[in-house]
Amino acid sequence: MKEKKEEIEQKSAEELAKELKQVSVSAFFERNRHLLGYDNPSKALLTVVKELVDNLVDACEDARILPEGVVIIKQLNETRFLITVEDNGPGIVKENLPSVFCSLLYGSKFGKNKQSRGLQGIGASGAVLYSQLTTGKPVKVWSKTAKDKKMHFYEMFIDVHKNQAEIKKEETLDTTKAHGVKVELEIEARYQKGKQGVDEYLIQTSITNPHLQLSYVNPNNEKIIFKRASNNLPKEPKAIKPHPHGTELGVLMRMLKESKSRNLQSFLMNDFCRIGSGTAQEIITKALLTVNDKPHNLMHDQAEKLYKSMQEAKVIAPPTDCLSPIGEKDFLKSVQSEIKAEFYTSVTRSPTVYRGYPFQIECSLAAFGELNPEESIKVMRFANRVPLLYQQSACATIEAIKETNWRAYGLQQSSGNLPIGPVILAVHIASVWVPFTSEAKEAIAHYPEIIKEIKLAVQECGRRLGIYIRKNVRAREQKEKASLFEKYIPELASSLSEITKENKNKLIEALNKRLKKDLPLLIEVSEEDKDKKIEGVVVQNKNDKQTTL
Amino acid sequence: MTKEKPIEKIKELGASISKQILKGDNPAIDVPIRALSNVFFDKKSKTLQLGESSSKRSFFNIAHAKKFLQTVEVAKIEKDLLDSGKHASLRDVFYMAKRTIPNTSVNLVDMQQESDEIIQDLELISGLSREQLHVNANKMGSVAGNVVIEDRGDTIDWGKLGSGGWSIPSNVEEIKFKKVNANFVLYMEKAAIFERLLEDKFHEKQKGIILSSQGQTTRGIRRLLQRLYEEFELPIYVLADLDPWGAYIYSVIKYGSINLAFFSKKLTIPSVKYLGITCNDVERYNLKKNLIKLKDTDIKRMQQIADYEWFKDNKEWQNEFKIMKKWGAKAEIQALSARGISFITDKYLPEKLKNKDFLE
Repeated sequence: MKEKKEEIEQKSAEELAKELKQVSVSAFFERNRHLLGYDNPSKALLTVVKELVDNLVDACEDARILPEGVVIIKQLNETRFLITVEDNGPGIVKENLPSVFCSLLYGSKFGKNKQSRGLQGIGASGAVLYSQLTTGKPVKVWSKTAKDKKMHFYEMFIDVHKNQAEIKKEETLDTTKAHGVKVELEIEARYQKGKQGVDEYLIQTSITNPHLQLSYVNPNNEKIIFKRASNNLPKEPKAIKPHPHGTELGVLMRMLKESKSRNLQSFLMNDFCRIGSGTAQEIITKALLTVNDKPHNLMHDQAEKLYKSMQEAKVIAPPTDCLSPIGEKDFLKSVQSEIKAEFYTSVTRSPTVYRGYPFQIECSLAAFGELNPEESIKVMRFANRVPLLYQQSACATIEAIKETNWRAYGLQQSSGNLPIGPVILAVHIASVWVPFTSEAKEAIAHYPEIIKEIKLAVQECGRRLGIYIRKNVRAREQKEKASLFEKYIPELASSLSEITKENKNKLIEALNKRLKKDLPLLIEVSEEDKDKKIEGVVVQNKNDKQTTL
Repeated sequence: MTKEKPIEKIKELGASISKQILKGDNPAIDVPIRALSNVFFDKKSKTLQLGESSSKRSFFNIAHAKKFLQTVEVAKIEKDLLDSGKHASLRDVFYMAKRTIPNTSVNLVDMQQESDEIIQDLELISGLSREQLHVNANKMGSVAGNVVIEDRGDTIDWGKLGSGGWSIPSNVEEIKFKKVNANFVLYMEKAAIFERLLEDKFHEKQKGIILSSQGQTTRGIRRLLQRLYEEFELPIYVLADLDPWGAYIYSVIKYGSINLAFFSKKLTIPSVKYLGITCNDVERYNLKKNLIKLKDTDIKRMQQIADYEWFKDNKEWQNEFKIMKKWGAKAEIQALSARGISFITDKYLPEKLKNKDFLE
């Protein structure tokens, strides 16, 4: 390239300072909407529905109400969709409505060490922002908090610079509805079926939320009802204090600043879990600090020493009652109600810990029936009951399944790949802090502790599948083989009659007669043979002992 | 073997199956077992012999049904061949039997290996070799020497066939020897050595018949060697690599093979001698630099062979195995080329023959 000298005009710091300005979160996400899952039109549709449905279920669970929802997606023209989501939750009080839907990072869960679907308070307002960006239409929200109260209606935009609501219309209505929220959004999007579509997302959501009843109308005007498979509301997860091993330096420094504790000793004991006075003293001494140091007075290098000393201290694992797994029975039930198969099993592991965060793995397996035996098994991944549809290959779940030897359980598998067979495997990780590989929350990071737990869960399901295959499927194959005799008989008779000049039909007749007599026996005998083979080893051992005696 | 016409044997088999069927029985065929477990070393004849064990192959048995059907099908094909007087190759038989059974996704045979095995089973069932049943294997191997034969009406001089020699057919039963002028037969496992000796006119200089295969010795070659030994009392010598595979080639000619134990009488030559390569040759001709390291599979196979009943008491061979193991190495015949390309023709073989330096 030809070099061209440009006139360089220097700018002073003062001049530059004039250009600096505070950017609001809304304005930031307006520019960076892909960070919120709005990279393309089909993913946008999924993300909007996902955020609204997550909120629906979270709200109902918080209020201890069995969730019941309606999702309607209406196609307005080729790229425009109207999305309506309605719930039977506790409703949102009038004063909070504008903030919940029109202020990003407004939420109740942020920073709580508690298992929940959403965390940052971005979901609903992010969807509103996307709608506004692509269609210029306001969000419509109806909310009612109790039977004897009025329903409130808002039509509003997000004021991107102020990160707050700009109300266009406000009404009070009378309805017969008891309580709940209804949201309506218009967006630019594309509707697709298949592995990463909204339909699949809702099917999977209903699998990990057996207590959810959902009716769904898709853009093709097909009505699908996901029935409630269990009347048990999930155990309410408890918030836990941070565990010393799962706290990062920056977080520790913020905690030190904000702590209400007067001295280090009580800071460690009150603001963390699992630290008693002995451990607290040990940590403090090792960090060359004293028990009476004021937390907010700690210098940076002191905080760093404290951090190091905390990581080295022997602290028992955090309590695990903060987790709310689906449970073996309910997981099984909901898989049964959503997937047509022949064999089902599920496993819920005991809670355990990675990096100071409690987590728990559950796995449910469905096999045979209408599932395709020629393809790789289908894996459904869930984190805190939310389906993960993107980035499958980057996920710890897939890694664990690939590392498992499925040939031992009767499936085909080439090493390092997913097995092949008529199987769906649903894997759920419940944790106060699910380690995603990226902000988009699409794949679980490869922590060895997590992979190990997933493997153990998946292997147990596999073992049960293996037993089933050996017992039933092989028997069925035997029967199929036995049915081949019918087909073999004419072949045998025709070859034989060519050798001997014996009448072919006479031979067929005799063979068929014999087959009729033998068929039940043939199947039974062969099954017996098979059992003998398994027991044979045992029997033989017994005999060996007897002969040596 | 049997004086009955081959076609009668096949018909007998068919008749026995038909009879069982019409009686309402589950039709079954007795198939002698071809495996080490059913082979024994007959010390008197010094050959491998087939034992008495056989397995019952019945039609109404899920595990046997297909094999039963295959057996009858191949028997039918052999009967057609005998009827028409034509000969087929193993591959031909595979294609003649291969088809999908109507209304199923099952093929009567999927691989040639399956039909080949049935052909071997039928040999044992009928007591006839596959060649007698008009099924031939591929030609493998060549021969040269001062011999004139007659084959299907053609007169062939083994000494006048240029650089290729006469290629040995699978069935040598019908060959007539018109003139045999030789002092010995030298069989070698490598075609490359055969070509060397042919070019050097070794067979003329030493008055011998030279004969080679490529790898395992086929039945045609074994039968030809045996006929030369029995009909003309020619001593037979084997030239093979000094490794377990070479040892086994020798063993098959001398004692017979597990698969063909049933035909030992027609195929084995107990008086055959092993000419080389031996460990002693390696020392004497200074070939130690030309050895090849033994692989794990070599060592394993060597142990297997050393443990065979017919090798156990063979002190000379046990000694060879011991030395090979000690060296951790084996030697190819071609190692002799290190001493000059015609060293084998001019020095090695004449010396070995003159000194009668053989292994038993």
